Amino acid sequence: MKRILLSLALVALLSPALTAQKIKGSDTVLPLSQKLAELYMKSNPSVKLTVTGGGSGIGLAALIEGTTDIAMSSRKIKFDEKVKLQNAGKTSKEVIIAKDALSVIVNPKNKVSKLTREQLEGIFTGKITNWKQVGGADMPITAYSRETTSGTYEFFKEHVLKNKNYKSGILSMPATGAIIQSVSQTPGAIGYVGMAYVTKDVKDILVSFDGGKNYIEPTAENAKAGKYPIVRPLYYYYEVKSEAKINAFLKYVLSPAGQKVVETIGYLPIK
Amino acid sequence: MFKKKKNNFFEILVESAFKLSGSVTSLIIILISIFLFTEGWGLFKSSTVEKGYILCVNKSNNISRISPKDIKEIFDGNITSWKELGGKDIPIEPIRMDEIISLYTEEEIGSNLEHLPEKLSEAISTHEGALGFFPEQFINYKFKGKVLANENINPQEYFAGKEWFPTATPAAQFGLLPLLLGTLWVSLGAILLALPFGIAVAIYLSELAGNKMRSILKPVIELLAGIPSVVYGFFGLIVIVPLIRTVFNLPVGETALAGSIVLAIMALPTIITVAEDAMRNTPIAMKESSLALGATHWQTIFRVIIPYASSGILAAIVLGIGRAIGETMAVLMVTGNAAVIPHTLTEPVRTIPATIAAELGEASAGSVQYQALFMLGAILFVLTLGISILAEVIRKEQHSGHA
Repeated sequence: MKRILLSLALVALLSPALTAQKIKGSDTVLPLSQKLAELYMKSNPSVKLTVTGGGSGIGLAALIEGTTDIAMSSRKIKFDEKVKLQNAGKTSKEVIIAKDALSVIVNPKNKVSKLTREQLEGIFTGKITNWKQVGGADMPITAYSRETTSGTYEFFKEHVLKNKNYKSGILSMPATGAIIQSVSQTPGAIGYVGMAYVTKDVKDILVSFDGGKNYIEPTAENAKAGKYPIVRPLYYYYEVKSEAKINAFLKYVLSPAGQKVVETIGYLPIK
Repeated sequence: MFKKKKNNFFEILVESAFKLSGSVTSLIIILISIFLFTEGWGLFKSSTVEKGYILCVNKSNNISRISPKDIKEIFDGNITSWKELGGKDIPIEPIRMDEIISLYTEEEIGSNLEHLPEKLSEAISTHEGALGFFPEQFINYKFKGKVLANENINPQEYFAGKEWFPTATPAAQFGLLPLLLGTLWVSLGAILLALPFGIAVAIYLSELAGNKMRSILKPVIELLAGIPSVVYGFFGLIVIVPLIRTVFNLPVGETALAGSIVLAIMALPTIITVAEDAMRNTPIAMKESSLALGATHWQTIFRVIIPYASSGILAAIVLGIGRAIGETMAVLMVTGNAAVIPHTLTEPVRTIPATIAAELGEASAGSVQYQALFMLGAILFVLTLGISILAEVIRKEQHSGHA
């Protein structure tokens, strides 16, 4: 009897959550989704959206288990996650909701102000170890990276390191803020962060992806114009079956009003 | 009569509630440890190559197995010839799906990837030095390459491995050694720093401080234990890390030493409280007889009180180590988390708890990395369990030895 009562109480507690639409996943996309959901709920009071973080992997796992309606991800869905979705009898759809440009940052005291992709690859894979090898002062390079599982780490590895692994002595920091803090207080440091997070305490670097012919400054204008090369998409994944349920919200996200929110948060709109 | 009966019923109810919560707690602890080990053990049943993919070579190639470490070195461009692996003297050409897309046009592959299997087969058979890394589902019976046999991750690779690249493709590297040594190294440093300090404060509080001083100091020290570890971590990153960098003139301040200092501060309250309690438990008669025999106060402290409390002090040390080994957040923020085997205290290290905290959130559930992290959890569990048992044994000795 007690058990029945208890489970009834539990169901009663959980039922509002069951009818709400849930968005879960990447901490990079989290602030954007939160803002979008907040504004969307303001104009549609009948809709209840709950947004939680945890990481891209957690969001996609929740999508596979069916405990979230939308999975936010800062990386493309992995092959084995796709297979798992298939095994669970689900087909997922992918929407790019915004883009995020990454800036390469160094300590403000560092004289180096531009690097090529090849030099970045050398620095982060451990083949270049001193700033004088890339035209700077005689000072050892300390490379900072995000954690191995972060979508940012994966993207930088694929895009800038051409799928080579980072050197094993790389310092990995749990968050963007920690990278900025460390780079600002370590003279020989280099790291990468989302463009929107760059502060005055660090210096961003011009990068060249054409072997040193053109160095592009990491600005929102250059990124929007498609000139700046280190730009990654941010994704929403959802099940085809629940499309009807979340379509209105998705439409809002991709609308001009939604994309304006993308810009205010510091990411790039998709168009 | 009625009242008494009600009381009895009430007592029985409370008793059974207590009993229930006690057994539920122990049951949950047992279930958690079983869960840890079963999830972790799956690691040794997983293949070294990423799930859903295969590695393949040209038919004429005489290599039939490549170790995970060599796979990584090949795809990182550090091993470039089959000769280095005991094969023919021809360069290795790693082919991933990215290369396939640039080798063939979209029309050749087909919009629904219908021609992909034959193109993969063609790519492997026309490149003599090829090492293909392809999704398993596109390999059919007509495939003309030689698929390398799938091997499971063996425990030796895990426990003696020196590299931690949990997301490397095609073959992730799970080497426990740098993480385990990093954890022990930071904890050892912490305890060496905290011990002299902690014991000194404990002696002062139990023997030398006046009542007024003690009533101020004791709550303040206990307050130290209540500060959230992330606050210690933040303090460490902003204050201790730059300080270490300038004092030791290092290229980088995020080092094992920074972790040790932060952990030492965090372990101090435990060490002080436990050691002080042990010293205050010295029977007053023993102290008085020592003084009566003409010993000075200091002689009494070093010859009577410390030997008497020695097992309590030992328990304090062990508990302090336990606190240090399991600490996550503060260490994550200040040690730099570089998975290299440490040689000095002024190098960055990566500890086991920090690795779990940093990676579990983004690891895809049930993946090899996920299992490897659970295995780490199991190892940490065994480590702290051993330390707790040690502390318990030492405490028991203290009680039985002086009873």
